[in-house]
Amino acid sequence: MSRLANKFAELKAAGRKALIPFITAGDPYPEFTVPMLHEMVAAGADIIELGVPFSDPMADGPVIQRASERALTHRVGLRKVLSMAKEFRKKDQTTPLVLMGYLNPIEIMGYEDFANAAQRADVDGVLTVDLPPEEAADCVTLLRERGIDQIFLLAPNSDAERIRKMDAFGSGYLYYVSLKGVTGAGHLNTADVKQKLELIRANTHLPVGVGFGVKDAETAKTVANLADGVVVGSALISKIEANLENPEQAKHEIIALLKSMRTAMDS
Amino acid sequence: MTDKYPQGHKYDMPDARGHFGPYGGIFVAETLMPAITELNEAYQRYLKDPEFIAELDTDLRDYVGRPSPLYHAQRWSNVLGGAQIYLKREDLNHTGAHKVNNTVGQALLAKRMGKTRIIAETGAGQHGVATATVAARMGLECVVYMGAVDVARQAQNVYRMQLLGAKVVAVESGSKTLKDALNEAMRDWVTNIDNTFYIIGTVAGPHPYPAMVRDFQAVIGREARQQCINQAGRLPDALVACVGGGSNAIGLFYPFIDDQSVKMYGVEAAGDGVETGRHSAPLCAGRPGVLHGNRTYLMADDDGEIIETHSISAGLDYPGVGPEHAWLKDTGRADYVNITDDEALTGFYALTRTEGIIPALESSHALAYTMKLAPTMRKDQIIIVNLSGRGDKDMHTIMQREGKAL
Repeated sequence: MSRLANKFAELKAAGRKALIPFITAGDPYPEFTVPMLHEMVAAGADIIELGVPFSDPMADGPVIQRASERALTHRVGLRKVLSMAKEFRKKDQTTPLVLMGYLNPIEIMGYEDFANAAQRADVDGVLTVDLPPEEAADCVTLLRERGIDQIFLLAPNSDAERIRKMDAFGSGYLYYVSLKGVTGAGHLNTADVKQKLELIRANTHLPVGVGFGVKDAETAKTVANLADGVVVGSALISKIEANLENPEQAKHEIIALLKSMRTAMDS
Repeated sequence: MTDKYPQGHKYDMPDARGHFGPYGGIFVAETLMPAITELNEAYQRYLKDPEFIAELDTDLRDYVGRPSPLYHAQRWSNVLGGAQIYLKREDLNHTGAHKVNNTVGQALLAKRMGKTRIIAETGAGQHGVATATVAARMGLECVVYMGAVDVARQAQNVYRMQLLGAKVVAVESGSKTLKDALNEAMRDWVTNIDNTFYIIGTVAGPHPYPAMVRDFQAVIGREARQQCINQAGRLPDALVACVGGGSNAIGLFYPFIDDQSVKMYGVEAAGDGVETGRHSAPLCAGRPGVLHGNRTYLMADDDGEIIETHSISAGLDYPGVGPEHAWLKDTGRADYVNITDDEALTGFYALTRTEGIIPALESSHALAYTMKLAPTMRKDQIIIVNLSGRGDKDMHTIMQREGKAL
């Protein structure tokens, strides 16, 4: 059983939901990242999504775009992110780590070299925003052979047929992007999410994480009542951006936000 | 439209999923998939619909001014002393470039699909102007994304778009140029998918864009092929066109692909020279990767990050290229060469002074390569050069190079 499947089974048995924070690797500087990941786990994170910086993040809003730009000024690319994952694993052998980014860095490295490198770094999952299931067969096969889950996105306009496609190609969990738009935009419509999750659950047995629009303890609790996992990204990165002169302060604020979400989700 | 292709047409790319061999495809975020499926269905349906084709043909004739002439540049041919050079005069179209062939087509499609809002990306502003033009004519809301750097250096085109009623959004992210404008247009599309039609200006993007834009631009090659037969009594020996994203080149090449005797040359922008790294020549000096929804040759570093490009012509300043060109390169059906900024200027002045035609800087790359190619060919041979746009928009750039003030 993969570390991700294991984690969701464990949480289900305990009647809890997964808290899944996302930060961009190398933002605001490379040495910030791995200690931050450990602190997020200590604050209650169950799974980590680590963003691979990309020069052209087409599906991201301004907050995550700027995080990518800051990381790229330190030349943090896919190879550096893999070495961060490896470093994280030295101290933490249990928390699943998912790399999230765009396809081109993987294309340029080569699918097989990437799959091998991800395996060596003990990465648990890969979420590639611009790799729909129609184009994913080669990559999924190589990752699956190495016990790595490919995580797919679902959108509000994905129909039953597409959900079944994701179910067939994906493993670990499915990530439901709860609104049309880019990361960091708009607000959560609980009724819409609830309705959509019924359709999703009717077409997959995979756990479902929900992201886009999770900002605070209240929205985290709302989502936790509906889904198996709560993904929070832009709200955390906003803390980094608001404290570029004082990264320690950013760290404190991120930890405080995650703790408040954890408490609300478990209550 | 398909019934107009030459008899015995065998080339049939892309496949049903939009692949040109390993290139092309659909590499987009999930939110865009239903919109792309909807667009693909509309494209497949209407490009075979006689009513749609009739309306398109009427617009191309009465609004765009087609057919554009095929002009035998006799004086310039004599000066170069080799092959006879014929210019396909896309510069004479309404709005001054080939871009409008595609925007007229996509706007008709948008209307058929019931979309009320048009978005587009633009680099030099030619595609933005061509989009704002058709949006004004059809009474559709229009938003054009343009890199902040390009907004500053193409002020006149920004004003033209605004006059036409479009909202021009200056994009401040990334390198603030064409690729970033494309990113921002994609973000808009993801957000406003229900009422919005995205008119991509080149043969890039996810399927069906590369095939659809090609089909709308192929009117260039269909006309040129027939005109050449009528005027010279035979097919040309070579075709030359500049390649940024590659829409004017594929528009000229496509109807000739099965004519194996016709050589094809795509001319990329070498900027300061390919060896300097400051260029926009992914086919000559890039590598395959995935950007903006398709797999193709790109300018990317070892981490897969996109490298900033350079060219004197904003319209060629793009790190990718249409996937069909990647395929034509790999199969050897077309040759891809490159021309530096300085060489392009030589082409610019040559045509201006010998034929009285001021070409766009983009087209000047094709002209500069023709100056190398023509003298190696016999006087009874024929080259067709796609004169994709007129040079009025480039006066400011030229004057700056000459150290003059506007």
